[in-house]
Amino acid sequence: MTDIFTKPELDRRTLLRRAAAVGLLATPAVSMLSACVGSSDEGTQDQATGTKSADNPLGIDPKAGVEIVIFNGGLGTKYATDVDTPLFNKKWPEAKVTYSQTEEISTQIQPRINAGNPPDMINNSGSKLMDFGAIVKAGQAADLTDLFAAPSLDIAGKTVADTLVPGAVEQGSYDGKPFAVNYSYTVFGLWYNAALFKKNNWTPPTTWAEFTALCDKIKAAGITPFGFAGANASYYMVRALLTSAGKIGTEQVLKDIDNLKEGAWTNDAVKQAAEAWAGIGKNYINKTFLGLRHTEVQLQQNQDKVAFYPCGSWLENEQAKDTPSGFEYAIAPYPSVTASDKLPATAINAAAGEIYFAAAKGKNPQGGKEYLRTMLSKEAALEFTKLTKSLTVVAGASDGVTISPGLTSANDAVTKAGKDVFMGYLFDTWYKKLDDESRAAANDLMFKDYDAAKFCERMEKASQAVAKDSSVTKFTRS
Amino acid sequence: MRHGKYPFIIGFLVVPVAIYVTFVVWAYIQAFYLSVYEWSGLGPVENFVGLGNFRKMFDDTTFWQSIKHNVFLLIFLPIITVVLALVFAFLLNVGGGHKGGVTRGVWGSKVYRVIFFFPQLLALAIVAVIFGRVFGPDKSGMLNGLFPESWQPWLFLADERYAMGCILVVLVWQAVGFYVVLFSAGMGNIPTEVYEAAAIDGASRVTLFFRITIPLLWNTVQVAWVYLGIAAFDAFALVNIMTVDRGGPDGATSVLSLMIYRNAFEFSQAGYASALGVVLFFLTLTFAWVTLSATRRESVEA
Repeated sequence: MTDIFTKPELDRRTLLRRAAAVGLLATPAVSMLSACVGSSDEGTQDQATGTKSADNPLGIDPKAGVEIVIFNGGLGTKYATDVDTPLFNKKWPEAKVTYSQTEEISTQIQPRINAGNPPDMINNSGSKLMDFGAIVKAGQAADLTDLFAAPSLDIAGKTVADTLVPGAVEQGSYDGKPFAVNYSYTVFGLWYNAALFKKNNWTPPTTWAEFTALCDKIKAAGITPFGFAGANASYYMVRALLTSAGKIGTEQVLKDIDNLKEGAWTNDAVKQAAEAWAGIGKNYINKTFLGLRHTEVQLQQNQDKVAFYPCGSWLENEQAKDTPSGFEYAIAPYPSVTASDKLPATAINAAAGEIYFAAAKGKNPQGGKEYLRTMLSKEAALEFTKLTKSLTVVAGASDGVTISPGLTSANDAVTKAGKDVFMGYLFDTWYKKLDDESRAAANDLMFKDYDAAKFCERMEKASQAVAKDSSVTKFTRS
Repeated sequence: MRHGKYPFIIGFLVVPVAIYVTFVVWAYIQAFYLSVYEWSGLGPVENFVGLGNFRKMFDDTTFWQSIKHNVFLLIFLPIITVVLALVFAFLLNVGGGHKGGVTRGVWGSKVYRVIFFFPQLLALAIVAVIFGRVFGPDKSGMLNGLFPESWQPWLFLADERYAMGCILVVLVWQAVGFYVVLFSAGMGNIPTEVYEAAAIDGASRVTLFFRITIPLLWNTVQVAWVYLGIAAFDAFALVNIMTVDRGGPDGATSVLSLMIYRNAFEFSQAGYASALGVVLFFLTLTFAWVTLSATRRESVEA
């Protein structure tokens, strides 16, 4: 999910360097880049600590420096340099914050983690994000129980956990223990241009029959009804498909998938969802999208050549520079697939995303946590939303503030869904390899074979292969 | 002067050897060591699995797909590149025939030489981005833009039947220039009298090419073959940048080097990646050895 903030053009720039390291040199490169095999188990270094008090609930050393690393992607880094760090220093003027940003988290951070010298707070994101499940398993992420139990920085009488939207702590928990702050709050659905729809008298569908009928009308108008970028954004399609499966059979379907339960992917709900979507792929997609990138298909949507794009609420900000005036981003929940879907048509998948964590073996993990507490204050959250047009997990932090049309629409969708907002699935961050397989399978389903049974069996096989692979750390949720 | 010899030699050798030992030899030893462990790359190395990682490869469809693609490149990249480079180099150097006592290349050969070499100057990453545009799957793609409006666009990289071929085309395009220059240098060492004598005897250009140029250039061709074979084991940058979902669609362009990278840095399977690296190491060595011994023949003295 965090892949979304990637800037593909920046990846390319550094590629040559990497290209040189592969080929014949690939073998040594693995150990070189992972760095210093064996040095990682040499115990932890001296860590900064202070005295716990009401004012200092995490017991940080007020004079110890804090090193943070921020991923520079779709959210930018301004929120860290212009909001969070000044706020942190307002409370802790003597603690020096050492800041750096990178477009490649794993390349920069993984060797340091291995060498036992990680930064204190890390934003693990982007297409080069580190496998967080593996980090937790390796004991490299600090347990955040004390952070969530600490009082909020600026919301009186509440702990940090109390101030967050439901599911936020759970999303960063591994086997029930919190290790990550998933900071930004993303709403997923079908994105469209409200202005175009108004002009043509089209209304977003709530049933699948309405959906296909509308797609026919859109097609007749010379517009591609639905599309996603196969070259680097097929996981949007995976999310669309599994959200439909979740609506058919409740979130339990997705929990089974996360828990690698046998038969989770061949479940009727997944089959029905895959069949319904395959029909959309067969009739309403432009086949060239398989070879296009997210930004290229996005551009076509901005030119009103594509009607629906399945995506998350970061989309508006990501496209902000290129959105023509008169284009009004709006979101529609995925329509019900069957008449007997267990969740209503308004149900929506919204989840915390974008991992921030404190390194367990850093010089100042408590300082890293205190920095996270600063980020989770109401003031920081509000500024973050203003800067990035993205909601945060801090509940209600941006209430009453005028925000962009897309974000307003996302907010409305969440309100309408009421109790039927569900978190979705976690297997994509738990098991990167399974995530990879799901992307290829979704591309096949939507662009090539339209075979729902084949999709389900393929994913079932991949999921069971992960279940049997002892080298992969397993997680469960309930 | 003699007494300064050893400090001179040592001065030149110590640093490079030290760098080589640290960053190549030692790293290889580590990779061999890691390949028998189940290691995520994020913590201490602990789970010894012996040959477990190698056994895992047998069941890994991506592994076999990747091997298949590397073999495809291994067959076609050297053949096409060497043949093209030889023909071009011949045309540039002797193709113009024998006039006024001088053997020369075709008209404008100096300009061609620059043009051929140009792709070599571009960073591979840039080449990949440019060719991503050339092979664009819709009308905004350069090749599709050249086709008549009424044609269905070709999907190129998005079609698993053609994707690997597209990669091959780019690799050849990039490599040919270098080998043109290499073969040109080789041809420059062939005494012109040989050509002149043959020309006087009435040999055609084709005869000159097969009877004189190729035999006298054999060692250079052999080296080129090995280099290109090693390049065929790589192809990482192109595949990583150009293809659908990196190595797609559906694994249709996956290669070993990409697999190593993704396992090590994306799937947190550094142990498995090391094992793949070890396999790649032996494949490359075997290839070089087989090529060198299979192509050995009496060198022809000019």
